[in-house]
Amino acid sequence: MSALPALQTPSVNGVFTSDAFASHLAAVGHLPAWWLDLKRAAWDRFGALPLPGRTDELWRFSTVAGIKLNRCTLAETPDAGFPIPPAVFPCAATLAFLNNRALAGEALSPELGKQGVIFCPIEEAVVHHAELFQSHFMAQAVNLGSEKFAALNAALTRGGAFLYVPRGVEIETPFVVHHVAAGDGAAVFPHTLAILEDTAKATLVENFLSTDPAGAGFAAGVNDLFAGPGAQLTYVGVQNWSRDTLAFQLNSTVVQRDARVLSLNVHLGGRQARHESHSRLQGPGAFSEMLALTVAQGEQEFDQRTLQSHQAPNTGSNLLYKNALLDRARTIFSGLIIVDPEAQKTDAYQSNRNLLLSDEAESNALPGLEIQANDVRCTHGATSGHVDAEQMFYLESRGIAPSAARELLVFGFFEEVLAKLENEALRSVLRESIKANLKT
Amino acid sequence: MSQLIIQDLKVSIGDKPVVKGLSLTVNQGEVHAIMGPNGTGKSTLAKAIAGHPDYAITGGDVLLDGQSVLAMQPDERARAGLFLAFQYPSEVPGVTIANFVRAALQARLGESADLDATSYYKKLYEKMDLLKIDRKFTSRAVNEGFSGGEKKRCEILQMAMLEPKFSMMDETDSGLDIDALRIVADGVNKLRTGQLGIVLITHYQRLLNYIVPDFVHVMYDGRIVRSGNKDLAVELEARGYAWVKKELAAASA
Repeated sequence: MSALPALQTPSVNGVFTSDAFASHLAAVGHLPAWWLDLKRAAWDRFGALPLPGRTDELWRFSTVAGIKLNRCTLAETPDAGFPIPPAVFPCAATLAFLNNRALAGEALSPELGKQGVIFCPIEEAVVHHAELFQSHFMAQAVNLGSEKFAALNAALTRGGAFLYVPRGVEIETPFVVHHVAAGDGAAVFPHTLAILEDTAKATLVENFLSTDPAGAGFAAGVNDLFAGPGAQLTYVGVQNWSRDTLAFQLNSTVVQRDARVLSLNVHLGGRQARHESHSRLQGPGAFSEMLALTVAQGEQEFDQRTLQSHQAPNTGSNLLYKNALLDRARTIFSGLIIVDPEAQKTDAYQSNRNLLLSDEAESNALPGLEIQANDVRCTHGATSGHVDAEQMFYLESRGIAPSAARELLVFGFFEEVLAKLENEALRSVLRESIKANLKT
Repeated sequence: MSQLIIQDLKVSIGDKPVVKGLSLTVNQGEVHAIMGPNGTGKSTLAKAIAGHPDYAITGGDVLLDGQSVLAMQPDERARAGLFLAFQYPSEVPGVTIANFVRAALQARLGESADLDATSYYKKLYEKMDLLKIDRKFTSRAVNEGFSGGEKKRCEILQMAMLEPKFSMMDETDSGLDIDALRIVADGVNKLRTGQLGIVLITHYQRLLNYIVPDFVHVMYDGRIVRSGNKDLAVELEARGYAWVKKELAAASA
């Protein structure tokens, strides 16, 4: 018997009222009944779960007072005039979503289609690939604190990509997804599901951006990655929401026997951005590389929570999160490595490095280990330090102005992470995004 | 003709006076060696002129082509034509030599103009060949994991690329074996085309066998106490710094 959900004042859920949900359901009423049932169940979960509280251990150091659900709207009228960002490197295919609705993208080539590759908006997937989609949709529990926002995403999502790569198919060029929030106060619910079957290989790149870089916004995104036995998946997410967006992005990664997943999340935008990432190493030989780069400036707060779950022997994971902090920005990193009793010979690393470019910036780190096997190698660590004064003088003594010198040092600091990406074109796009952001 | 004039310069570290009224004029194309025992203020002089924030200038002036540089920030002094070859150059992880030198040259062009990549790499490779530096070094992070000799050659490479009016070379010979010393000295000699003025700071006469100076100055207790030509360095090597100390003591007695 479960307890009754606590009574809540209507204002807690802000604009996410039952009327709002009813009109959402009406808008997607043409979709299969199982999908609508799933949404209703998710909506109930959202309603029953409380907002994070000040004493909630999973939200330690977070500015929970900043989590308000009334500063956005559920307007779903896309601004059709928004141009899809042009491709700056060769892509396998592109999808774009504007305020949760699919825009025309660059279609999959007939050759890839013939090989059984699927890359389509989720609303197409629920109709045409129901079995495949349904069996994987939110199959992994979100359990790092944002369950309420994961439920909200499931209840309201319309925008996002479904990627399926069948056994043995290897694709070198990236699949690209743009999630665009348009207009002041837009609420968006990006959802991504990627399934790579045995020995498949693919790269997925997601861009999250707002048309108005200063407008208010709300984003609750979910991202599920499945790498089947021997599969190789590279995932890159670039979060560049408006500077007044409250953002949640909840990633789950499943890595099966001998599979390899590299995920790199670049965090640039948002006012308060929470990112949760849980890698589950489920088969021997599975390896997960978890990377993040953050430029925190102004009053921005970036809150990152990670879990490396080693559930099988001989699995590896390597987490490297690097934050550059300017102005009065804050970062929070809380990471845990859990090694199950049967996961002998686990090799797990976790490292959070903070480069402080301002005396008023604040980085918080909570690294953790929970090891139940006896033959493992696990290390974790967090460092935080200011730019080295001798290094600065060295750069300045060459004629480089202090601002440009700091920028060079930030890029130098980030390079260790960027260098792990094989695709040079992608690396250079990321460098440009970071550079553009540092100048604004 | 360019000229660097150091006028009665006084430098303190914290409350401690280190350079105590030093004057020196360096003309374009000249090489001046400053020799002296450890702790006599040679490195402090070089870093203070470059604008290091830990060194306070408490008196005197430094004029580059008649303009005082003391009010300028370190990067402004560098763009005005001063260069410091560091005794212990910093490592800059993640920043390649190519990008580093490029940023330094771009800083001289300003925001409006972009450095031409083709001619930049042409020049970089030319200078690397001149200094016998493997071209693979362009993609290595500045000084990271470099040997002592590689660090010093990297300093000379930067000097060659940035083409300063005056370069202060701080203990460029320290930590080098004889082969590395010869390569570094050859590199410096190739840059002695009459355009560049050099202040060569060294503890040992050995370097001056390879980079033959026009003038030699002996620095002791924050001042230049003797000046002469290259023969002074030879004499100093033969008789040791104790000789200078003894002479000074005799003079002041």
